[in-house]
Amino acid sequence: MQQKKTLCALLTAAGLGTFGLAGPAAAQQECPIKVGILHSLSGTMAISETTLKDTMLMLIDQQNEKGGLLGCELESVVVDPASDWPLFAEKARELLTVHDVDVIFGNWTSVSRKSVLPVIEELNGLLFYPVQYEGEESSKNVFYTGAAPNQQAIPAVDYFLEELGVEKFALLGTDYVYPRTTNKILEQYLKDKGIAEADIFVNYTPFGHSDWSKIVSDVVALGADGKKVGVISTINGDANVGFYKELAASGVSADDIPVVAFSVGEEELSGLDTSNLVGHLAAWNYFQSADTPENEEFVAAWKTRMGDDRVTNDPMEAHYIGFNMWVNAVEAAGTTDVDAVSEAMIGQEFPNLTGGIAKMLPNHHLAKPVLIGEIQDDGQFDIISQTEEVDGDAWTDFLPESAVLISDWKDLKCGMYNTETKTCVQIKSNY
Amino acid sequence: MRTRSVIYQPHVIVVLSLLVVFTVAIVSFSEAAGGFLSTSLVKTLGMTLCLCLVAIAMDLVWGYTGILSLGHFAFFGLGGYMIGMWLMYARTEQIVIEAAAGAPLPPTPQEIQDAIGTQIFGVVGGSDIPAIWMFAGSLPIQLLLVVLVPGVLALIFGWLAFRSRVTGVYLSILTQALTLALSLYLFQNENGLRGNNGLSGLQIIPGAEDVPQSRISVYFFVASAVALGLGYVLSAWLVSGKFGSIIRGIRDDEARVRFLGYSVEHYKLFVFTLTAVIAGVAGALYYPQAGIINPAEMAPIASIYLAVWVAIGGRGRLYGAVIGAAFVSLLSTWFTGGRAPDINLGFYTIHWVDWWQVLLGLSFVVITVYAPKGIAGIFDVLSRPAKTSARPVKTAEKARAS
Amino acid sequence: MQGTEGVTPPFIIMLRSLCLALLCLSVPLLGPACAQPAPTPIEEILLQNSDLIEESSRRTIEPAIAALSESGLPEAADVMIMWRDKELWRRKSDGRFFRIEPTDDRDTYLMKSLVTGEEIGPIGRRDVDQIKPNSGIRGLIDGALVQFQLTDPNPSVRRASLDSLARDPSADQLPILRRAIKNEAEPGIKAQMARIERLLTVRFDEDIEARIEAIESFAGDLGVDVRATLNPLLTTVRKAIREDPDTENVAATLTPGTDAFSYDAAYDFLVSQDLAPKTINAAARDAAIVANIENGSVAGIPVATLDTRLARDAAYDKLTENGAVSPALTEAEREDLVDTFNFFDAYREDPQITEAVLGTIGAINTKVRLNEMADLSLDALSLASIYFLAAIGLAITFGVMGVINMAHGEFIMMGAYTAYVVQLFIPDRTLSIIVALPLAFLVTFAAGVILERLVIRWLYHRPLETLLATFGVSIALQQLAKNIFGTQARPLTAPDWLGGQLVFNDVVAISYIRIAIFVLAIVFFVLLLFVLNRTRLGLEVRAVRQNPRMASSMGIDRERVNMLTFGLGSGIAGIAGVAIGLFAKVTSELGQAYIVQSFMTVVVGGVGNVWGTLAGATLIGFLQKGIEWFNPSNTLAAQTYMIVFIIIFIQFRPRGIVALKGRAAEA
Repeated sequence: MQQKKTLCALLTAAGLGTFGLAGPAAAQQECPIKVGILHSLSGTMAISETTLKDTMLMLIDQQNEKGGLLGCELESVVVDPASDWPLFAEKARELLTVHDVDVIFGNWTSVSRKSVLPVIEELNGLLFYPVQYEGEESSKNVFYTGAAPNQQAIPAVDYFLEELGVEKFALLGTDYVYPRTTNKILEQYLKDKGIAEADIFVNYTPFGHSDWSKIVSDVVALGADGKKVGVISTINGDANVGFYKELAASGVSADDIPVVAFSVGEEELSGLDTSNLVGHLAAWNYFQSADTPENEEFVAAWKTRMGDDRVTNDPMEAHYIGFNMWVNAVEAAGTTDVDAVSEAMIGQEFPNLTGGIAKMLPNHHLAKPVLIGEIQDDGQFDIISQTEEVDGDAWTDFLPESAVLISDWKDLKCGMYNTETKTCVQIKSNY
Repeated sequence: MRTRSVIYQPHVIVVLSLLVVFTVAIVSFSEAAGGFLSTSLVKTLGMTLCLCLVAIAMDLVWGYTGILSLGHFAFFGLGGYMIGMWLMYARTEQIVIEAAAGAPLPPTPQEIQDAIGTQIFGVVGGSDIPAIWMFAGSLPIQLLLVVLVPGVLALIFGWLAFRSRVTGVYLSILTQALTLALSLYLFQNENGLRGNNGLSGLQIIPGAEDVPQSRISVYFFVASAVALGLGYVLSAWLVSGKFGSIIRGIRDDEARVRFLGYSVEHYKLFVFTLTAVIAGVAGALYYPQAGIINPAEMAPIASIYLAVWVAIGGRGRLYGAVIGAAFVSLLSTWFTGGRAPDINLGFYTIHWVDWWQVLLGLSFVVITVYAPKGIAGIFDVLSRPAKTSARPVKTAEKARAS
Repeated sequence: MQGTEGVTPPFIIMLRSLCLALLCLSVPLLGPACAQPAPTPIEEILLQNSDLIEESSRRTIEPAIAALSESGLPEAADVMIMWRDKELWRRKSDGRFFRIEPTDDRDTYLMKSLVTGEEIGPIGRRDVDQIKPNSGIRGLIDGALVQFQLTDPNPSVRRASLDSLARDPSADQLPILRRAIKNEAEPGIKAQMARIERLLTVRFDEDIEARIEAIESFAGDLGVDVRATLNPLLTTVRKAIREDPDTENVAATLTPGTDAFSYDAAYDFLVSQDLAPKTINAAARDAAIVANIENGSVAGIPVATLDTRLARDAAYDKLTENGAVSPALTEAEREDLVDTFNFFDAYREDPQITEAVLGTIGAINTKVRLNEMADLSLDALSLASIYFLAAIGLAITFGVMGVINMAHGEFIMMGAYTAYVVQLFIPDRTLSIIVALPLAFLVTFAAGVILERLVIRWLYHRPLETLLATFGVSIALQQLAKNIFGTQARPLTAPDWLGGQLVFNDVVAISYIRIAIFVLAIVFFVLLLFVLNRTRLGLEVRAVRQNPRMASSMGIDRERVNMLTFGLGSGIAGIAGVAIGLFAKVTSELGQAYIVQSFMTVVVGGVGNVWGTLAGATLIGFLQKGIEWFNPSNTLAAQTYMIVFIIIFIQFRPRGIVALKGRAAEA
């Protein structure tokens, strides 16, 4: 019995030591300025998110070399939410209350962002979210530096309609929220563009799906009514490997049935032999092959730091823009206070790595150009189309229930404002 | 009479008093009471208590009855979903009604429903409230469902399985299939529980938005502790009497118990269903603290981890399950949280984030093979070094029961 | 999207290039920009269209392509090919076009003349733009090239040209094609040309008889291109007229008020054709009410009471009575209006054509459906063979030793990674696969034996605990793979001869890699049958399975048999890993994706029997594909239903399809 008590005491002590003690809340500006990095370093999302953690560390080091910020050194606080969604909320709370970070850069999946949102809003933190997502959200405490659907999906579909003359669409996706919402928006958009419902084929597969033969032959069979078929792929991660292998095996060339992917970047292609995929497309706001001096410098710095075989990708650019905007906003505000920085963030401009200027809009989304690239046999993308900057739209205009909503944190101070009833539906987000 | 005797069992006394001391300590040192324990720590500890409760359920069904269920974490998740539906619905309803107050026309019930649907399901591209959310507005009904849904599912599944005498490894695989089917089902967006996004923002309690999370975390911690205490006493009461002897008999030799005239199937079904209910209750307390539930929580692997906790803690002892769940889950959090110092071997740096799983897997193998009694076995060695009998407590109880 | 700036009038372009030429002529000292010959005629054409070329949009590019292809210049085709292949570069300073060659210095390129290819001089990397036509434009260029390439001496060029012709044909290509057929010598190409000629005839010929003949010639043809040509001829347009539709080629008449065509749908159609006034929907009603709020009430009804649909309808009616808003048509009025119209779908084509198409396509569609079944069966067979390979090792260890090996999936993964590593060392893909298969077997065989010696043999009397212990091994191995190879999918590429697919017709096809896996499964099935039934080891294995103690007392070394059986089961998992890696992907989670399915296969099929596993794999493979066929839009649901089915199936045959009888069943 004595031993039991000791063990329990030990457990408790371990628990206390483990989780640290709640420090006093920081009221005024103090050095160093802490930057929280909330990316999974283990678990299923580690492969994507670890890269972003390394990007952030690189950007922070670069900033420190330039002399830091407000005369302070920047200090990174890295935590590992381990691809576990509840753990994201817990770690966010820890970053904000235990480590007292001034800003958080993090998250990849939407579900992890939804998990973190209530905590960030409750504790009035500041989060930069760098990944393309399905939209339908705008939080006072979050800046979305990735693409909203109208900055990736819609232009890609326009490209299909206008440049490739596609008349029949196969929307293939992994079964989770981003493909579901994006496809729902696209379906409506296509119908508005005069595509009949029968000409839109939708299929969802589980994460990591590998048996693609039936689906690919279904897609090929779509061409039987003489309309040009195009595939809009929101297939996620590993499943793409099997999908593209099956496409190649079926001899489907990009000229017959073009595939545009929203989740396939340079990282994903490095797991594939791309010689059979030449000509298939991807839509992003950034490709490594972008030919600008800024990008050249960024890629060179990345390769020097991480090794020659590493590639850069779209979310990395989002962090690059987000971090630099935050630095400029802090300098403009003269403090890291969340409310002051948030206010200074709106209207911030910073050059994209692909040319042009990104601008932070009052709805906390970016104006960025949309790029469409063709897969090349070296695993890189050849940029064949680049638009002017497109304003990110938090609430899509293509679904009736969200068409009436707008977000404006500058004048209306509301992330979900109903323009019909002229009321703010809610200040906090719907989680 | 038996109830009293249960209370006086040494392990019950020790566990309960430790629980009380622990709870009082945490509450009085918590942030809400001006102490130094951060809210996230209180939440983690509260969640750990819930895990201990579901581990007790697992121990009842596996350690005592010998049914290696690889599906009890699914019941845990179902409990979480049931309470989560009310939390989301009630919170959203409040927001919608407040927003509608500013509109020129008073809202019709249909408009309120539509707005709630858009708010909850907009994120997965829907707007209609599915039929399974029928009772989501009512707390009592959802609380009832926390118990009923896992219970009825376990009852049906158990009835089918035990009736056709599926046992042993087959049953384990079948429960795993059930778990997989359930999580795949929930993963589908059109099934009305928001697919992969799950239910989120559960830490916000409708009607208590102004209460700071530091207070809420303490409330839930206390609730979890009470639930764990009750669950422990209930389980101890069950396994100490004749019932306990019979289920242990089923574990050790099912055929013999059947020949003695006991309806083995009914006993197994009762334990299976009861433990599913306990798991559901534990889940309903866990997820409001975690803040989010999604189908990944119910993946087959989670249920296997549950078995791992119980095995490491020590099967066939209720306190073993508690120790295992608390020990392993807290240790996991510590190692994967990036807090454990990396070990630099000169030629290679061991990052615990990467190697913890390997260590966990291997230590699990070692414990199964060489120390089947788990951590709790240490107590046997320490407290009764003279006895060599494998399960002393049990033998004594058996003697008393017969 | 690209800004849609207006097309610059041609005379301005002419003027500009003229000025440019003049400038260069008159000021020779202007610098390197002019240090080259004046634009050749083909360059002129490019320069005239340079805005279009730069805009690079399929919608506007056609004049530029036409200008090139109709120029009659001998080098036009070459320049178009260059353009298509992204070999055209444009100098930023003056907009002239060149070819480019990279030099050792990555910031300078070597400019070359467009036509002759002679070197002109170096240029900075950022001073030239590559012209990148998108694939839509490339298709148009290919289309324009058909007239040049259809008679090209090189057969592969002719073939490629035919492909692009078939992809996007136009009416003016029909005569070109007909001319080309006459001169074609190679029979294969000639046949293909003839086929495409018939397809084009169906679409573009003006002679109805010729079209009907061409249509009927395709009877029973399964080609997607045939259906793609015939189906558009059957497109209909919905019409509503008050007269009888005698002059129309009616496909189907629609009766309002039926299930397929309700009165509401009919009325909505009339509204969309401006044949009826719009209905008042809820939003319009509410807007009207809000517009008429006076002092907190609408037409005398207090606003606060308008919180139901009925109340709002009543308020609207009041408003109509007051004349504040226009009345809506009642339902009866709407139906009366609908009844004055005839609704029908009409073909766009001539009745003779549609009749011929209907006759031909009906037979084709029946045949297509049958062939789809065949294709689905092939897919199912392929899936079954994959499940068989993945599960058979499990079945052996489970059946013989009563041991559940949760790390089986990780052995599959190990096999896949072995093949990946082999491919790193042996770049030749065929050779690497030949090496990888036995090596994967050996590696996983060894891993299996080690696992058996270290862990499993201590747990033979505790089967449930082997499940847990091997699960621990599974966690450790999976994480170990992540630590060594990273979490990203690794490339494992099949040799080229396994690359394509075996095409029976345009509906039934199966990739060679799947055939190879099928063959592999058959080989291992036969091999296992042989080993278990015809060899000493097999005899011992069966003996141990049926009665371990008696087998021991007969002098069979149980330990050795167990070890070898476990090794064998694990070795086959390694082979399965190579196969799965080849057609899907190599990741640390590869095994996990197959483990539950493998268990299902074993449990459904019956334990410890090769035939049982075969039956289980076949059942599950066909079941899954069957469910996918019923519900093609949701593969995830198919998996859920399959598992539910299996749970129910187990209720009725708890020992699987092929159940062992007698004592063995009690093991």
